[in-house]
Amino acid sequence: MEKTTSVLMAGVGGQGIILASDILSEVMLDAGFDVKKSEIHGMAQRGGSVSSHVRIGKKVFSPTIPKGSADYLICFEKLELLRWLDFCNEDTRVVVNDLEINPPSVNLGEAEYPRALFEETTKKFKNFTLVPASRTAMDLGNIRAANVVMIGIFSKFFDIDESLWVDKILGKLPEKLHDLNRKAFDSGRKLD
Amino acid sequence: MKKLLSGNEAIARGAYEAGVTFASAYPGTPSTEILETVAKEYPEIYAEWSPNEKVALEVAMGAAFTGARAMVSMKHVGVNVAADPLMTLSYTGICGGLVLITADDPQLYSSQNEQDNRNYAKFAKIPMLEPSDSQEAKDFVIRAFDISEQFDTPVMVRSVTRVSHSRAPVELKERREGTQEIKVRKDPSKYVMLPVYGRKRHVVVEERFLKLKKYAESIDLNKIEMNDPETGIITSGISYQYAKEVFPEASYLKLGMVWPLPEKVIRDFRSKVKKLYVIEELDPFIEENLKIMGIQVDLGKDVLPICGELTPSIIKEKVTGIPMRPFLTNPENIPSRPPNMCPGCPHRGMFYTIKKLKLFAAGDIGCYTLGALPPLTSLDTCVCMGASIGHAMGMSKALGDKGRGKFVAVIGDSTFIHSGMTGLANVVYNKSYATVIIADNRITAMTGAQDHPASGYTVRGEETHAVDFAELGKALGFKNIVKANPYNLEEYERVLKEEVEKDEPSLIINQGPCALLKRAIPKAKKPYYVETDKCIGCKRCIGLGCPAITWNSEEGTNADGKKRKGYATIEATLCNGCGLCYQLCNVNAIKTEGKVFFGLVENL
Repeated sequence: MEKTTSVLMAGVGGQGIILASDILSEVMLDAGFDVKKSEIHGMAQRGGSVSSHVRIGKKVFSPTIPKGSADYLICFEKLELLRWLDFCNEDTRVVVNDLEINPPSVNLGEAEYPRALFEETTKKFKNFTLVPASRTAMDLGNIRAANVVMIGIFSKFFDIDESLWVDKILGKLPEKLHDLNRKAFDSGRKLD
Repeated sequence: MKKLLSGNEAIARGAYEAGVTFASAYPGTPSTEILETVAKEYPEIYAEWSPNEKVALEVAMGAAFTGARAMVSMKHVGVNVAADPLMTLSYTGICGGLVLITADDPQLYSSQNEQDNRNYAKFAKIPMLEPSDSQEAKDFVIRAFDISEQFDTPVMVRSVTRVSHSRAPVELKERREGTQEIKVRKDPSKYVMLPVYGRKRHVVVEERFLKLKKYAESIDLNKIEMNDPETGIITSGISYQYAKEVFPEASYLKLGMVWPLPEKVIRDFRSKVKKLYVIEELDPFIEENLKIMGIQVDLGKDVLPICGELTPSIIKEKVTGIPMRPFLTNPENIPSRPPNMCPGCPHRGMFYTIKKLKLFAAGDIGCYTLGALPPLTSLDTCVCMGASIGHAMGMSKALGDKGRGKFVAVIGDSTFIHSGMTGLANVVYNKSYATVIIADNRITAMTGAQDHPASGYTVRGEETHAVDFAELGKALGFKNIVKANPYNLEEYERVLKEEVEKDEPSLIINQGPCALLKRAIPKAKKPYYVETDKCIGCKRCIGLGCPAITWNSEEGTNADGKKRKGYATIEATLCNGCGLCYQLCNVNAIKTEGKVFFGLVENL
């Protein structure tokens, strides 16, 4: 990876985006790359929009991704895709979890979930995939494992030994969740 | 060994490796994780949450005066609170090294302003280091302690949100212990700032500053990277990383020490490059000082913004003057996800009642500041820690009799401990009729659950005395002190109405821990649900702005044949069972399979 690779993850607070981006960063560090990762904490609590920038390369400078240069955009929720379009270019590989979480104004009946706009936007990318990560996790018995399904999906974009990912994921979780998350990761690897 | 650390974790690691034995802080984004990491990872270091940043600096001074190495950390606005001791600490100097970490928040991700604290270093005439990533955060903290002891001065290290909250590889090393003997050191002419001693110490400060200026010329933290001599960029901190991203071919003078500035190094660099750019976030701090030196700057804040954080994209656009043409633009009006009070939050019932009674609420800093947002929109001021009580007091005097029954002050428990007590004493002392609500949820909630002197626990989770707000109010002279349950809407409305009408000051202390504070809420309550057939679509529950309640727009009739525009539902996985919506439903459509009581724990 001579050139810096930029991965942008976006979703809603509580979906496990920080954990997913931590795992990506740590796997790539162990694989011998320079890594920087940036996210916003603070007022983005439960239910707020969350984003995490991960940059991987020989030597990384900015921890945030310049606009127009995300190589991968990984969205854990559909609407969140629409907030990060300016970070994409025509070659950006976009993966979106097939899940809708209503923002408060939609909940209050003051706004509509922008479904049509989402559909229209997806057609603009050469490399767009809608993935059933939440449904897969639910089938495995716990929707909270959706982030690990997503890790399984994007792990295939990097030429890294599968066991490195699994060790890193399980190392961050209590033992009682190992079986579920192992399955979640494997399901993600098989999707697409 | 290399490990991925956030800037804040790296700062804590730096303190550990530098032999620090004392660390104090008051929580505040983006600085909070510094002390949290010290407390969690490094038992060799005494760690405390202090009541506020002024106390945090004062206790660190006390430790440093004995010869210990002490670190104090805070967010940018915290330095305003600590500014009083800081300005004179510059005069006394230290004994053991003392390093003050200021974590600035360009872009106001979680702050009330975006002040640039590099100005404090100049103001206090002390050195400031500015790391640009996690490795430097660790290294610079260690260097800061050496400089502190070498020059007998406090040293500031400035981080920003993007350094504090970014993770990057850090090489870990062993701890080395401080070199000074720790003992009582009597030295009144150095530590007692009577005018007679202070005058002499001012001279010492100025002499020290000249030495520091000389030192800045040779310190290896200021680095020149000569590449293409066509463009030279002077920059520091996170701006360096952004600039390198955009202009990898340019020559750089990267300042690791941003105060005092190395004039000779700067002149030397200037002479080697054709055009000089200064790329810095927020204020034109470096640029203005270059101009004072008479050095020509070809590009700086004439094109770069003073407001908000820099990004590689902004730098590229502004410097080249070529607007970016993105592949896709973000559509406007995408429904946002603003921060909101959690389901079951004790503040919600309070704000619902304040809104119902049409009161003006002088507000403060914490989760409850979110009460200003729709649909509750019932908080009316927010300036700085503790200001709510002063605002209400001032209003009572300006309005006189016609203000009675019209306003309250709302302040959280941690904020009250931080800066509320003096204001509260003033309310009684100067005979105001103001009503003050301490929205006590028993934790510093906004920053992610940090303990404080009224929570009953230390930073390391040991049990300790908890300040009794009612007893305190009594001691300050309050005759009307009411403990009220904000989940009981009827009771809370009655109490609030009664107290604001009185011609004496009142203190209302809310009972009800933060909905996320597991130790105070041992058993989860069963969620409520909506019998959707019964719902008449009146939207009373929707007005609470609870994230668990959803409006379903669908015209029709309910089971009793009543016309409705839609109906409400409750998301069971989000509902904490606080029961506010249950109390508001006029048609008993909101039900639970659990026990009905007011709040998340019984008998508040």
